Amino acid sequence: MDNRKTTLFDFHVAAGARMVPFAGWDMPVQYPSGIKAEHIATRKTCGLFDVSHMAQISFEASEDGSAVETMLAKLTPTDLGLIGEGRVRYSMFLDDNGGVLDDLMIARLDGRLQLVANAGRADHDIAHLKAHLGENISMTVHDELSLIALQGPKAASVLQDLGIALDVDMADFNFMDIRHATLMGTKVTLTRSGYTGEDGFEISIPNEAIIDITTALAAHNDVHLAGLGARDTLRMEAGLPLWGHELSETINPVEAGLGFAVSKRRREAGDFPGAKHILADLNNGAGRRLVGLLPEGKRPVRDGTILKHGDAEDEIEIGFVSSGGFAPSLDAPAAIGFVSTEFAHSGTRLMADTRGKPTPIIVADLPLVPHRFYRG
Amino acid sequence: MIKYSEDHEWIDLNGDTGTVGISPHAIEQLGDIVFIELPDVGINVDKGDAVAVFESVKAASDIYSPASGEIIEVNTALLDDLSAITPESAMDCWLFKVKVNDASDLDEMMDDDAYQAMIA
Repeated sequence: MDNRKTTLFDFHVAAGARMVPFAGWDMPVQYPSGIKAEHIATRKTCGLFDVSHMAQISFEASEDGSAVETMLAKLTPTDLGLIGEGRVRYSMFLDDNGGVLDDLMIARLDGRLQLVANAGRADHDIAHLKAHLGENISMTVHDELSLIALQGPKAASVLQDLGIALDVDMADFNFMDIRHATLMGTKVTLTRSGYTGEDGFEISIPNEAIIDITTALAAHNDVHLAGLGARDTLRMEAGLPLWGHELSETINPVEAGLGFAVSKRRREAGDFPGAKHILADLNNGAGRRLVGLLPEGKRPVRDGTILKHGDAEDEIEIGFVSSGGFAPSLDAPAAIGFVSTEFAHSGTRLMADTRGKPTPIIVADLPLVPHRFYRG
Repeated sequence: MIKYSEDHEWIDLNGDTGTVGISPHAIEQLGDIVFIELPDVGINVDKGDAVAVFESVKAASDIYSPASGEIIEVNTALLDDLSAITPESAMDCWLFKVKVNDASDLDEMMDDDAYQAMIA
């Protein structure tokens, strides 16, 4: 079966993108400028990413208004009541072992809950939700909407240059807000959030308007088209997890440094999937932790590389690289990975088992590049 | 005459000295090069041995020697500026020189026309 294409497929090809298969979609991995340039441009001005392959899902309850909250609460460790109108929260679907089935963003807009799920887990998540909807909830997967991410210090000013009409001042549009807006005559919704560590927006736009809006954005001097390659290097520098790497059925949120996603009220109630395991790690500390890793020299240390500590016969395996490669903002190789807690302090010297030649690698705090989320 | 391997190496044989590099197409496919490892001078390699490594942001690529022989020279100047290795400079960015034991190692390699046809 052919891969799916977003509405921007032809636009990407015309822009010279190298298209690759990803999660059942044909997506741009890079444009002619290349991953390094796209990454650096994102942190310098802003990058524009097509993320329409992610699943945008909304819910309606026929009778009981709180049915959707109750349903999502069963699947997540989130206190849904904390998500006020116009706000977005990071959340995750958990299994009974405390493992993570996917991470996602849940928003409340016009009183209704909606979420965005990873493309790679969309089929799983949709089936998971369907199995828990019950009779009173209907679910819509919004294939009629595209999603783009505009990320970087100039993102807000670019949207203002394009004449975005918000119902508040841009300066009052806070990190993790979701708002209605009109952009180039089209009604859109957008969150002030993203996957790069920079200020930025994720904009949901009807398919019939996405090409014109993307074309106008791309024509702005401060905007650089960026693909999945740069998306990955940016989020790795920001210490942000990718499901399947830093989160999975065998990695719990506490290990990944995401204990904050378990809301206080849910911790006290212990009423979420896998609570026993997760609360044990929250209370006693997890046995391993997600850390930054900086190789000595220039050789990249890649996903899956085993990490060791000690000399010669005392050398023991104490962790692994969950995501590794090159960090353009550091102009150096970098990685993130899981390390036994006793070795997880910044400055600890480990050895990475790289392709037969061990590479010294130093534990570093996350994020590798400071976050610059908009704090008003 | 320059000949090409299926793995996108080129070799330019003069007498018994083969100068080896990788093709513009290979460099273009790699994207931004972030690390290269070159062989040591003086080692003996067999045709098909992985003797060098190019790493891009996303992946590592082994470079194979197109011929058996002794590595007699290595272009360490490349290490100073990886950004100078581009599709345009590919044919000038030689990686190493090998003292080819047997020129017939090159018999089955492609000429430029055949290589261009392969990558088309």
